[in-house]
Amino acid sequence: MHNQTKLAAKMPAVEESHPTSGESVRINGKNQPWRPDWTVSDLLKELDATGPGVAVERNLEVVRRQNLANTVIQPGDALEVVRLVGGG
Amino acid sequence: MSEHIPADQPLVLGAFQFDSRLFLGTGKYATYPQMRDALDISGCECVTVAVRRIPQDEVPGERFLDYLDLDRYTILPNTAGCFDAESALRTARLAREMLDTDLIKLEVLGDQKTLLPEPVDTLHATEVLVKEGFTVLVYTSDDVMQAKRLQEAGATAVMPAGSPIGSGQGILNPLNLRLIIEQATVPIIVDAGVGQASDVAIAMELGADGVLMNTAVAAAQDPLRMARAVNMACKAGRDSFLAGRMDKRMCAMPSSPEKGVIGAGA
Repeated sequence: MHNQTKLAAKMPAVEESHPTSGESVRINGKNQPWRPDWTVSDLLKELDATGPGVAVERNLEVVRRQNLANTVIQPGDALEVVRLVGGG
Repeated sequence: MSEHIPADQPLVLGAFQFDSRLFLGTGKYATYPQMRDALDISGCECVTVAVRRIPQDEVPGERFLDYLDLDRYTILPNTAGCFDAESALRTARLAREMLDTDLIKLEVLGDQKTLLPEPVDTLHATEVLVKEGFTVLVYTSDDVMQAKRLQEAGATAVMPAGSPIGSGQGILNPLNLRLIIEQATVPIIVDAGVGQASDVAIAMELGADGVLMNTAVAAAQDPLRMARAVNMACKAGRDSFLAGRMDKRMCAMPSSPEKGVIGAGA
């Protein structure tokens, strides 16, 4: 959360070179500001969700492990970031 | 002496096979160490896990996976909490990506209060996942026709509930369960409703191929002791089934010889 707040504050500066900034993405059901050059790997690091037992769905499609680093988040994307928890 | 008793066959589920016929859930334990120890004592070889969103404001702490020996247990992810086929399918695909496993315990629920399965969506999701190459273990009610439909749709195992999830009411309709077992062409694993060790034994004596439980162990006063009890009950019930029970009779039949009782005439 801390990182995202900081980055959101920088948004106006980015806006000039990126006409699409100010748009949002939906992560686990919550709207968040979109950022340019933001990969799914970056997002996982921000969520401290690296390593095994984590998976990402982008616009209803699973992002394969080998594509996490080269999948760039687009404005309007809907992402689900999940992990394993105890259950029956 | 027990070497004179032929060994049981392992339970085969697709590419997987298990000597233990007990499946344990990993939810609701007071602590992760308690979960780890309960799994160990239960003797289970396959454990269920759930898939959930990563909380964005989580306090760092102990991690669930650190207490789950992935080399020891086969992990069976579930789609618990999904109330439509679509979210169950998405959950199954995410689980496959996470665990590199085709195993899925498919649950599509129909009602918040009873957590009873939604039969039409369950059947539809089974068909789709089978087509996508999943090994589908599908949760269902104790409806005999639905169990038949699910096995015909390609489910690897059908998992009828003994009673509602987490209710601990045991096997409420042993007749239906027997009918499901007798028509089965795939393994039948009783899932849900088991409340104590005797319920496990009853399910196994009815001829179930396995039992899956969670709350009965996790919510017992002493979960580790209950884990041991259900371990033994599962084996006892299985042996009792394989042994084949005696016929029931209307009236008594003495176990001791009727002749030679003292005080009687010659």
